[in-house]
Amino acid sequence: MYKYDQYDQAIVDARVAEFRDQVTRRLAGQITEDQFKPLRLMNGLYLQLHAYMLRVAVPYGTLDGRQMRMLGHIARKYDRGYGHFTTRQNIQYNWIKLSDAPDILADLATVEMHAIQTSGNCIRNISSDQYAGAAADEVADPRPWAELLRQWSTFHPEFSYLPRKFKIAVIAADEDRAAMRLHDIGIQLVERDGKLGGRIFVGGGMGRTPMVAPEIKDFIGAEDLLSYVEACLRVYNRYGRRDNIYKARIKILIHELGADEYRRQVEEEFKLVKALGIDPPQAEFDRIAAYFAPPAFEAGASDAIDRSDPDFAVWLDQNVKAHKRPGYAIVNISLKPAGGIPGDASAEQIDLMADLAGRYSFDELRVTHAQNIVLPHVRKADLHTIWQALHGAGLAEANLDLITDIIACPGLDYCSLANARSIPVAQKIADRFADPARQRDLGELKLKISGCINACGHHHAGHIGILGVDKKGTENYQLLLGGSGAEDASLGKITGPGFDEDGIVDAVERVTDRYVALREEGERFLDTYRRVGIDPFKEAIYG
Amino acid sequence: MKLLTGNDLPTGDVTWWTGQGWSRHVQDAVDVGDKGEAIANAEEGARRVNAPYVIDATLTEEGPRPAHIKDRVRALGPTVRLDLTLKPADPAAGNWVI
Repeated sequence: MYKYDQYDQAIVDARVAEFRDQVTRRLAGQITEDQFKPLRLMNGLYLQLHAYMLRVAVPYGTLDGRQMRMLGHIARKYDRGYGHFTTRQNIQYNWIKLSDAPDILADLATVEMHAIQTSGNCIRNISSDQYAGAAADEVADPRPWAELLRQWSTFHPEFSYLPRKFKIAVIAADEDRAAMRLHDIGIQLVERDGKLGGRIFVGGGMGRTPMVAPEIKDFIGAEDLLSYVEACLRVYNRYGRRDNIYKARIKILIHELGADEYRRQVEEEFKLVKALGIDPPQAEFDRIAAYFAPPAFEAGASDAIDRSDPDFAVWLDQNVKAHKRPGYAIVNISLKPAGGIPGDASAEQIDLMADLAGRYSFDELRVTHAQNIVLPHVRKADLHTIWQALHGAGLAEANLDLITDIIACPGLDYCSLANARSIPVAQKIADRFADPARQRDLGELKLKISGCINACGHHHAGHIGILGVDKKGTENYQLLLGGSGAEDASLGKITGPGFDEDGIVDAVERVTDRYVALREEGERFLDTYRRVGIDPFKEAIYG
Repeated sequence: MKLLTGNDLPTGDVTWWTGQGWSRHVQDAVDVGDKGEAIANAEEGARRVNAPYVIDATLTEEGPRPAHIKDRVRALGPTVRLDLTLKPADPAAGNWVI
């Protein structure tokens, strides 16, 4: 885990004091809402349907127990007893008072957290692979690079007022667990001839105009990585459109320029940037990387697991993943219990997860873009104890990557941008497919729901995606098929006319029934869809 | 009818113009006719409301009902957490929104 140095802490403390003053002036009427709004957004404070909403950054989704407990404390003291983990690996609180916001930020600062760069047209919180440092398939731990990018991007004067928001993901494995190619910049750390570097993908994203990022650089050496990313940003900052918010993302620039021309401009800019010397000296990178050194794994930890409890065995097979160290495992805690709200966790559940991390996972937790929590370094010998504790707290749903492990944005129940509610649809689908055996029979099936075209619920990247729209004042839901946020990234296609709330649940079931009828041995839903195309599913849906 | 709504500045709570002041309950809201913008400007200037705007509504036996679902959700609270709405004891409260 990275630890703030004196500069990090001073920056965050100064920001808290600054915002406290800004809030005081707003409440005293010395500044108007028009003047105040950009200031509060720079501190992650939105005004949503029912109250202010505070979005707290979780850099690259990594937390320690102390930080997790602080998230529970904020839920308990300042909110209504819960928080909502987001598809950006952050957490949101839905019931915040403006007058409390400075105190909340001050509390966060005591555990090296903040809400900076969770809003606005800046480089947002860097996201990463939730299995970083634990996955057997990574070539390096991506988190030191994510941390380097965090430090570089924090209050970067050149990139604080970009044409539009900017999202960067860093991974280091061939399996993409972070939807890397659906970011403005996606970096995949790779090794070539024994040398570490990055593949650079630029111009991905969801929202109104979804695009999978093209590869802009097939390999840039690690010693040049930061300069190359800066060059990518500079070209965007110079030519990205500021006249039309709907055409302002970098994906539009690259689409209009063409990837080859954008690449040519980046390469030219890179020569200029490289001369500035912004890539860190090796000693500085090593200083950062040292914070992410592997924990003191127990040598000779046993690989044996007692599977005699059938419910535990099911959870083991579904939610526990292989660790790179013998005797250890990665635990996924589903925040998708039957009837629950995807991504929500109560203060008590947050506290419990912090406690489990402290006792069994070297005090580390991760937030996933699929709105779940990970304990990354768990001894296999402790798995049953952890499962029992999770089970008692409603956190042992064995549904990772199954149809009920639904990504859903807050939708119209909370969000002022939404056109339709997402959560009730997620709940009805989870109820329809409540039978665990049926879920497991369907296999990996990523279902993602957004309540508006902004696509916070990643509907474009769902094997099955659902988009809520406003149809003459009523909620209507479009169905998409064939999306993926993984290494085989693709965008879902709309099947046809939309449905009401109950109709969309029926439509999903018709799709899964047709999949069951069509699938061949070993095929996931997505595999079958790609083999047979959309037509058999349209026929099943619309007749 | 036209209603004037906004958020309380320090708390962010949803509020409705009652003719005399602001209420958390849409049932207390009154028709502002064509005066909504003027009232909004005066009240926002006095910091008694934040981000006010005028909406369409119909008058029902239960009181004013906003025309758009978004404003009905604002008036009630999240339909998926009725315990956090203004009618926590009414399990059917969400039906009013839909």
